[in-house]
Amino acid sequence: MTDRAATPITLGTDSNRLAYTGRALAPSVQASITRRWGWWLYAEYRLINMRAYLQTILIRAIGLPLLYLSSMGLGLGNLVDAGAGGVDGVSYLVFVGPGLLVSSIVMEATGEFTFPVMSGFKWQKHYFAAAASPLTPAQIALGEVAAVGLRFIAETVIFWLALLLFGAVVSPASWLVVLIAPLAALAFGAPLLAFAATQTDEGTQFSFIQRFIVMPMFLFAGTFFPLTAMPWYLQWVGWVSPMWHGTQLARVVCYGMANPWWLTVVHMAVLVGCTAGGVWAAIRVFTRRLRR
Amino acid sequence: MSVIEARGLVKSYGDLNAVDGIDFEVAAGESFGLLGPNGAGKSTTMRMIGGTSLRTAGTLTVLGMDPEVQGPDVRANLGVIPQQDNLDTELRCRENLITYGRYFGLPRAYLQQRADDLLAFAQLTEKANEKVDNLSGGMKRRLTIARGLINEPRILLLDEPTTGLDPQARHILWDRLFRLKEEGVTLVVTTHFMDEAEQLCDRLVVMDHGRIVAEGSPAQLIREHSTREVLEVRFGSDRNAAVVEQLADLAERIEVLPDRVLLYSADGEAALEHVRGRGLNPVTSLVRRSSLEDVFLRLTGRSLID
Repeated sequence: MTDRAATPITLGTDSNRLAYTGRALAPSVQASITRRWGWWLYAEYRLINMRAYLQTILIRAIGLPLLYLSSMGLGLGNLVDAGAGGVDGVSYLVFVGPGLLVSSIVMEATGEFTFPVMSGFKWQKHYFAAAASPLTPAQIALGEVAAVGLRFIAETVIFWLALLLFGAVVSPASWLVVLIAPLAALAFGAPLLAFAATQTDEGTQFSFIQRFIVMPMFLFAGTFFPLTAMPWYLQWVGWVSPMWHGTQLARVVCYGMANPWWLTVVHMAVLVGCTAGGVWAAIRVFTRRLRR
Repeated sequence: MSVIEARGLVKSYGDLNAVDGIDFEVAAGESFGLLGPNGAGKSTTMRMIGGTSLRTAGTLTVLGMDPEVQGPDVRANLGVIPQQDNLDTELRCRENLITYGRYFGLPRAYLQQRADDLLAFAQLTEKANEKVDNLSGGMKRRLTIARGLINEPRILLLDEPTTGLDPQARHILWDRLFRLKEEGVTLVVTTHFMDEAEQLCDRLVVMDHGRIVAEGSPAQLIREHSTREVLEVRFGSDRNAAVVEQLADLAERIEVLPDRVLLYSADGEAALEHVRGRGLNPVTSLVRRSSLEDVFLRLTGRSLID
């Protein structure tokens, strides 16, 4: 190209010149930066975008653990401990704390991976805006997961501090929940992201998911009582729920719940597998939809 | 030297060929228009240029690169202004420009300065810290154009830049686009507004049903597909059809519409004299220059396309 390159613009001499000041990085440099860091550049946008509802996020992140731990852990816990002398050899607060932490982070995934995704494709179309830049659809999907994952980590830290505050943590390894809970949330959230990305109408399916998948998972996947306390024909609900696998891992690190090593490996494998599968599916759907 | 080159470009969705084998070239610094009714394949063509739509057949190069193979490189050279604004309405104007610039890997220090320059260009300096939600349609459109310039693109793709804007907003926008053109930015514009095409485009193609039906400068197209002038006469809707036979020899081409008769002629005034001379007194008459709109309607027909 010989057009403007032949007439170099001296910086500051023509402040009215807009199209081509020569101050931007060369397009080939822009492209090579985005090839490596595109996923993070999109995640950065999503984190800035979340600032718009930061207050709501903070109120939930601080309010939820306080409410859950005081009502379930202390209130209900008093009854349970008086009647049954605790659960699994520890007080009910210590038993239910990790479960409440994991399940509330997993439930956050329902909010973040449904309507905002619908908005990106349909209402505000910010995925299409990003797809017109050097970013690829795969990077956009990965960035979405990374940004929300970081948010989960921050929320987990707050919840974990609340657990410490309530004296619901007995093992020094309990800080590992900061990784376990976000992983469990992504194990549920990444497949949900892929599903949400396939939706083209107004998102009525999302309230179905909330009522018939998330709520049963919350109630029956071992958050409030051990899975084994349920009849055998209901126990599968736990086995198919990332929430249960995450909760069990969280109990192992928070109070040293006795768990055969192979079962711990199974929990990890399920969470990593669901996350990886969900991300893979989301990349496929994003690519199909943004490259029509 | 051409910056965009398309040969036998095809895009099919199932059985439908949205773009049905088109060839075109766009030269550096040129302002090139894609004209056509809704569904003619204009937007699809634009998306293929950016590599956000995959072609079914044909070849396409942008600055010598294939957008499907070197997508990020091609798009780093493009500014894309979509048909529908897709700004982040929850962020402020300035934040919209900066966050978008980050998609190109551009450093924040550069973007701060660039965002201020572009806000001034888009006449939005006072709105820098306003949420996009609070802007008028014209302001949002100008912000979208400013956003498209954040990476100092060599080629600007504008998909129906002024659809839905009031006349004041359209003229401000044309003025801004004209400035970019003067600075040598290559503009590719889709539109179905003929005045817009005449204002902005050095050269254009008329598309219909995915094909190119005409190509040239606005003046060339008018010369080739219409006459110099058009005489519009009205005899009342019940008489229009009846008098046509008596007018047949007065024009190169006659078109009878429900409300009026159009006589395509080199000299409209003379034709009108003849009409009057034959004792056919029209209720109203109007002599005007042929416009791109006449060309467009002739080539793509008058029936509604939904």
